[in-house]
Amino acid sequence: MPASDVLMRGERLTRRWGGLTAVDEVSLALERGSVHAVIGTNGAGKSTLINLLSGEIPPSSGRVELKGQDVTGWTQPARARAGLGRSYQRTTIFPQFTVFENCRLAAQARRQRPWAWWERADRCAMATDSARRAAGKAGLAAESDRPAGLLSHGGKRQLEIAMCLASDPEVLLLDEPLAGMGAEETDRMLDLLAELREGHAILLVEHDMDAVFRIADRITVMVNGAVIASDVPGAVRANAEVQAAYLGGHQ
Amino acid sequence: MATGNARNAVALAVALLALALFPFVAGKFGIDLVTKIMIYAIFALSLELLVGQTGLVCFGQAAFFGIGAYVVVLMSPQYEAVSIFWLAPLAVLFAALYALFVGALSLRTRGIYFIMVTLAFAQMAYYVFHDTPLGRGTDGIYLYVKPAAELFGVALVNLDKPVSFYYVVLGAAALTFAFLAVLLRSRFGRALAGIKANEQRMRAAGFSTYAYKLAAFTLSGAIAGFAGALFAVKDGFVNPELLAWHLSGSVLVMIILGGLGRLSGAVIGAFAYALLQEFFQSSAIFGVFSKHWLLGLGLTIIAMVALLPEGLAGLPAEWQRRMARKSARTERAGV
Repeated sequence: MPASDVLMRGERLTRRWGGLTAVDEVSLALERGSVHAVIGTNGAGKSTLINLLSGEIPPSSGRVELKGQDVTGWTQPARARAGLGRSYQRTTIFPQFTVFENCRLAAQARRQRPWAWWERADRCAMATDSARRAAGKAGLAAESDRPAGLLSHGGKRQLEIAMCLASDPEVLLLDEPLAGMGAEETDRMLDLLAELREGHAILLVEHDMDAVFRIADRITVMVNGAVIASDVPGAVRANAEVQAAYLGGHQ
Repeated sequence: MATGNARNAVALAVALLALALFPFVAGKFGIDLVTKIMIYAIFALSLELLVGQTGLVCFGQAAFFGIGAYVVVLMSPQYEAVSIFWLAPLAVLFAALYALFVGALSLRTRGIYFIMVTLAFAQMAYYVFHDTPLGRGTDGIYLYVKPAAELFGVALVNLDKPVSFYYVVLGAAALTFAFLAVLLRSRFGRALAGIKANEQRMRAAGFSTYAYKLAAFTLSGAIAGFAGALFAVKDGFVNPELLAWHLSGSVLVMIILGGLGRLSGAVIGAFAYALLQEFFQSSAIFGVFSKHWLLGLGLTIIAMVALLPEGLAGLPAEWQRRMARKSARTERAGV
């Protein structure tokens, strides 16, 4: 794969909280057209790693690269505008707004024009089109006019992905998108991720091992903040250290 | 939705018409009172932009109001009239600059800390006018000659005439309301609503929320300063109490009473608060007890806030929901 297809890169990222090292010298690369899963026990530092990549937390050391640019000092909104989208472990949407307005507002981030106080936000064709497309892609077209807070749990998780898509990112950081989902919803979400793999670089943090092994092109295993293995799924499954530390009875 | 919009438009038109006709039936006292209330309505609208629309509870709004009022008086020479078209923008500018300064620092905090920091900056401004030669102390300053409203040497209205000034304030309030209504539908307004609903999601989407909040804070201060400038012209007198925390608290009560989240709530709240105050202060109704008007006002406000979680402006919606529930019940009973 040519080097230019690496859309995001973390280099020796470290984050310390007092005496605790939550993320320890983690390096990883996210390539276009590939799902890179990060697995590990609770407290292994997966969410902190996402926060370092998305810019919500500054690293204690190491650097972050987005589309070839050093963005270590950039704020989260600046990284988002440069093409980085993320979802949260705890659903993070606008519950009072309609599903459509959730997506439209996310799309508005690409064309903010805050000084144009006389222009109606809902007359911006770019934002309304992206919102409709994103809602459709995530399977929420029929729910457009419902208040987002009334969606099922799975629906809210789908909406969060739709909002990511509405701002048209190239890199997606997804923090446990399958958490709390039923079997049918999980299948639908995995189909969506498989579809999104085309054209996007996806980082997937997930506890559902069956799902991870079904969709991931590459798996990184973290234990106590450090990477103990990073390889294609077959090799990770066969890795003795990983089996001892994490996979345990699986298989 | 469309019927709701149509109903709102009708309600607005009726309110505007009633206010426009009011001076034909009211006496001097009534005109003076409603002029004051409409100025408070502009002031309340400025705070509604922050609290109701952006989710920022500012407890120092009186500072911007007071600065606007003081600028008008301090920039007026003692014996000649200056154009209001020069004084009002100046008042707005100074209030906005102070809001920019206060906002830049206070918006680094959140929640209760934000409330306290905005209060602290307002008290700071209060003491500048209270204890330094600039504000000439507790006695305040008189505005001996009211500003002139003339453009290119042509006098438009006489601000010294209560009825003319009433219409100037009515126009100012209507324009402020219309401006904010349009603003809230714009991208900027929707971004503020998003920040109120979920700031984390807004940042993840790519909005620099600090800049948005600072812009809203500065704009809010500018509008409060505009209201303060009108207040100084109306009374021809300013004192430090215009910047005091009592007034910051009162204007918060106004928007809560009227209903947060709706522009009309700020206007209705300003009317309700001022009329309730007049009612409980009236010795004709309460006799000697009118001295203790704060007790009656306070109890009434507590009762109203407890009974009307959406405020007075939310009453029609609340009423509709009740009717819907009632008809659903009778339908079930009928079947």
